[in-house]
Amino acid sequence: MSEPFDPARWRPASFLPEEDARDPALLFVVAVLCFLACLTALGVIAGNRAAQDWASQLTGEATVIVRARGGETPDAAAARAAEALAGVPGVTEARALEKEKAYALIKPWLGDVADLDDLPVPRLVAVGLDRKAPATAAALDKALKGHGLDAVVDDHSVWIKDIRKAAGVVRWTAATLLLLIAGAAAAVIAFATRAGLAARRDVVEVLHLTGAEDAQIASLFELRFARVAAISGAAGAAAAAALGAILRLMGGGQGITPALPIAWIDLLAVLPCPVLAALVAAVAARVTARRLIKAL
Amino acid sequence: MSRNAIDAAGDHSADEILRFTGVSMRYGRGPEVLSDVSLSLPRGSFHFVTGPSGAGKSSLLKLIYLAARPSGGSVRLFGEDVAAMPAHELPRTRRRIGVVFQDLLLLDHLSAFDNTALPLRIAGHKPSEYRNDVAELLTWVGLGARMEALPPTLAGGEKQRLAIARAVVNRPEILLADEPTGNVDHEMALRIYRLFVELNRLGTTIIIATHDQDLVARSARPVLHLDKGRLRPLPPQGPMAPEAAG
Ligand SMILES: Nc1ncnc2c1ncn2[C@@H]1O[C@H](COP(=O)(O)OP(=O)(O)O)[C@@H](O)[C@H]1O
Ligand SMILES: [Mg+2]
Repeated sequence: MSEPFDPARWRPASFLPEEDARDPALLFVVAVLCFLACLTALGVIAGNRAAQDWASQLTGEATVIVRARGGETPDAAAARAAEALAGVPGVTEARALEKEKAYALIKPWLGDVADLDDLPVPRLVAVGLDRKAPATAAALDKALKGHGLDAVVDDHSVWIKDIRKAAGVVRWTAATLLLLIAGAAAAVIAFATRAGLAARRDVVEVLHLTGAEDAQIASLFELRFARVAAISGAAGAAAAAALGAILRLMGGGQGITPALPIAWIDLLAVLPCPVLAALVAAVAARVTARRLIKAL
Repeated sequence: MSRNAIDAAGDHSADEILRFTGVSMRYGRGPEVLSDVSLSLPRGSFHFVTGPSGAGKSSLLKLIYLAARPSGGSVRLFGEDVAAMPAHELPRTRRRIGVVFQDLLLLDHLSAFDNTALPLRIAGHKPSEYRNDVAELLTWVGLGARMEALPPTLAGGEKQRLAIARAVVNRPEILLADEPTGNVDHEMALRIYRLFVELNRLGTTIIIATHDQDLVARSARPVLHLDKGRLRPLPPQGPMAPEAAG
């Protein structure tokens, strides 16, 4: 009261008391939901990258199992197969694996057999494929048959399909999770709007009787909760990004495990969170407030 | 003119601002709190609504400021049938009416200045257009030194005058006041009454609900007397006192 009031310096105060917007419980719940949403987003991005890496590795190679026929030795058959495969368009490299490698692969199933040379162990040919135009399994098969070889081609397409399917499941699960989280956030905001309206019925009544339109009154709650959600969203996003950064640092270039390779750029995915949270909150508050005001 | 204004319900005057025709009202499924009320008020008039507590004074005002709907009869406001007004027009109509509520309804978290500016903000005016008017009005009602004060820190008479300032700041065509001198001493009641007289002089139609018989008698303004929800001729009175506004 020391200085006289100067109307020129007056700024309109908020119709709703400012302290209502600082409800710690609400800020916390929305921040946690945003944190979970951001983690989900980071998870699905990293998971997708892992799936893509695996799939493209598998696309670049095929394995051919060669069985010796007639009087041919397995080594000779494998060498012949490698030669035949190398001539197929779309093959960059075909290499017969040494006997030891083939043995090492089947040893777990056979146990410590004294002399593997007595067994007709098939040989493997590793085929490198042109990633841009890989030779098909059928083309490889045809080349082998043409050379009278008894061989089975595994172009890893079964694995690739499985990886794609798994990645799809992860994406759908994540999308469902994000929708659920958004729904939960909307419900929390609707709840808070209802409580806010009840707590400030006096304000709503005065505004209403003074000639405020329903939309004007609803917009007070809309703006308030959009702001609350933006602040909480920023906090949740920052926490999720920090956790992502820790995972990235702990796991080196590959991320915490090769299964979840987080890249620095992935952390940008949390940026839309505050805006999306504000949007969800605004819509939830608007719908709730307008319905309640109409019922007054 | 008739001191009861009931008789005036018959004529169709061009500058009629308010007309009730056979209006009844009830809260929910409760009993009728207003029955068969007919009246017609010309623009620029000044009326008291009197009657014992529970007679229906506040309810009558609620019908006028569109906080309640009649359960029977028709209310015409500014020449329009209220029942026929589309919902989106109601806010605009409310802005043409200033109300001093019985319980004031000041917003305790807003300063006297913000409380007063509220109707202007709702009407969409810019602060630069009205800040000086608000300050001037607050000075006019004697709150020039309390513009930053929060309502809970104001005295009873100051609160009343703040509520009046908010009611008139948007230059309403009708000013309704529900027991505006209810909680103030006689001196303050006269001061407040003089504010209404001044506003009426500037063209505002004024309707004051009160049971302050002394004020009514001194003012010599027409009276709408309610008894158990019905308009009745005034009970016999003593000799008229000269108008308080002087
Ligand atoms: N909100 C309400 N709900 C139900 N009844 C009410 C309500 N407000 C007033 N009433 C009843 O309506 C009647 C008239 O009340 P009111 O208009 O407030 O009278 P007055 O202002 O003359 O004292 C009273 O019987 C009162 O109990
Ligand atoms: Mg009353």
